[in-house]
Amino acid sequence: MESPKPNSRRNKLIGLIVAVVLVGLWVYSVQDWHQIWKIVSAPDNVPIVAMLFLVPFFTWLGVKQAKSNDNLIVELEGDAKLAKTHHRKVEPWRPGWAKELHVWPYLVRVEFLAAVIVTVILYVWSIALNAPLEEPANPNLTMNPSKAPWYFLGLQEMLVYFDPWIAGVVMPSIIMIGLMVFPYVDSNPLGNGYYTLRQRRFAVNMFSWGFLMWILLIVIGTFIRGPGWIWFWPGQTWDHNTVVFDRNRDLHEILGVTPENFANHLSLLPWVRGIFGFLVVSGFFILGGLFFHWLMRKGPFRFSYLISPKRFWAWAKLPDPFELKLLANTSILQYMTFQFFAVSVLLAMPVKLFLRLVFTIKYVWVTPWFNV
Amino acid sequence: MADQKDQKETQQLTGEKANVGLVERAKETAAALKDRALEEAKDYKDPQQTQVWKSIFRVSHQRSDPRNRSLAILSNVFLHLHPAKINRDAVRYQYTWGMGGITFYLFIVLTFTGVLLMFYYHPTKIQAFADILYLEHDVPFGKLLRNMHRWAAHLMVITTWLHMFRVVLTGSYKKPREFNWCVGVVLLVLTLLLSFTGYLLPDDQLGFWAVTVGTNMARATPMFGNEGPFGPQLGLTPYNDVRFGLLGGSIVDANALLRAYIWHCIGIPLVASIFMAVHFWRIRKDGGISGPAPVMLESEMRPPKKK
Repeated sequence: MESPKPNSRRNKLIGLIVAVVLVGLWVYSVQDWHQIWKIVSAPDNVPIVAMLFLVPFFTWLGVKQAKSNDNLIVELEGDAKLAKTHHRKVEPWRPGWAKELHVWPYLVRVEFLAAVIVTVILYVWSIALNAPLEEPANPNLTMNPSKAPWYFLGLQEMLVYFDPWIAGVVMPSIIMIGLMVFPYVDSNPLGNGYYTLRQRRFAVNMFSWGFLMWILLIVIGTFIRGPGWIWFWPGQTWDHNTVVFDRNRDLHEILGVTPENFANHLSLLPWVRGIFGFLVVSGFFILGGLFFHWLMRKGPFRFSYLISPKRFWAWAKLPDPFELKLLANTSILQYMTFQFFAVSVLLAMPVKLFLRLVFTIKYVWVTPWFNV
Repeated sequence: MADQKDQKETQQLTGEKANVGLVERAKETAAALKDRALEEAKDYKDPQQTQVWKSIFRVSHQRSDPRNRSLAILSNVFLHLHPAKINRDAVRYQYTWGMGGITFYLFIVLTFTGVLLMFYYHPTKIQAFADILYLEHDVPFGKLLRNMHRWAAHLMVITTWLHMFRVVLTGSYKKPREFNWCVGVVLLVLTLLLSFTGYLLPDDQLGFWAVTVGTNMARATPMFGNEGPFGPQLGLTPYNDVRFGLLGGSIVDANALLRAYIWHCIGIPLVASIFMAVHFWRIRKDGGISGPAPVMLESEMRPPKKK
């Protein structure tokens, strides 16, 4: 076992205290409870409010089972004889028991029960809460904020960081194709049909990164974006008269590729801008690729590394032998495909979000035909 | 000849028993019929032995012997996609969370409520909104119907996502299920599109502006949109680009409503049904649900086979 028991208990306590303090600070800072209630209780926002509870719950349920499988794996790896005799599951089994059950009635009754429960939930939900209906469609009266349905709010929020052709067309297409190639680039033969983190750390983390980012963007789009798609912290009043004096600048302007500096060669400026942006984006892809190459060879990360630079450095420097073995299993095509999707979605999205929200940078690459 | 003889005998009999009368004879016949009816009714006490029952259910399910349990699945058109037997740990709620099955059940609920809604809805600019008001205020249980259709749709998006999340956590997309995962991704897109096309149909401000925002993005499609990269260079205008094709016009109007309606009620459900059929069929062909499988060990990893 890698983590001793008392430590994990202490960590849980610290985590709980931090969470309570953060929630307390937030509650203290809320100025407008009515605004929060209006957002949370909007009927079409109910699903995403539910997701705020469902995603952590099912993550916990999955991780719990992964941990018990991981413990079994460690035990069996250390005991070759037991590995041969054990039935290799955490679920109990005795020699007399059949390994299979009849679908009738043992599965059919579970399905029936599920259908009954879902039906009851739907009835209660439908009786308690009415589907929204606004005024008749009026092209002359723009809704403010005019929001997409909740499941597309992630894409709408992406419009802040990218132009519509990327946020609305290219990104969704890359995400869908990326999801489809996922099984073909994951060359790891382990973890087929059982919960595990230990054997599939990188694959599970990459998917969860994308999934949680998607949920996070929806949460921002639902709870934070108010009239004019302006950022209102939860608890702030959605003031329709709010004006934000946002600096919109492009990366090349900060670095001096401006008309003032090209006064004598203005016709050259678009070319310089274009080449500059191309180099920035290429550099991003190279650095991003190196980042994932570094990350995918690392062993498990522990939060204690954050407070001990020495241990962090040791973790960051040394590759994990098991992860190296997995990497050796991966073909160059699989590796490059993964890198493309990882850098262009999993990394580009948060990096652009950071550049936009923290440094108010709009574009990093400006050309006469498109801007990135 | 025989008939005449019979007639004579009957006449003799009636002559002799003239005093007994018709009533007595009727009573006798009735008593005999009653006995027979009671005798036959004994058989109906077990409906499973009746001709009607046997014609519907091809095999007897009354006993719990293994053969009958298998036949209960194999000989039933609604259940035959199941295997006769499954991994004993697979019936635990914890492993699959039941999300795939619930998603399919919600699709059925949506089809059912959707068809009922179609009876009251006209996809025209004049009637659409009024029909929703009619549904909410006059149609018996109309409000419940519309609410249930809406919430089941939202729930279906949630369960689809959670289903995908579970499949990742258990590595169930791995060999030999890679293709079925891709079919699932297509189904995910279709689920979102189904929900999105339905959003416009009430023809209220909410749907109108959501679809306006959504289809405005199509304007920016590279090469196919009039505002997208290389779009204008390829001669695209608001009247011939991909957005025009989606909306049947350059603005969200009557044609867009009709197109959304047809995609929502016929086009996408039809395509989704085909993909669902493949999805479910492949689950069986790829060896049933993936687990819970016995854990594999790192020490047993073999290098990939060379072709």
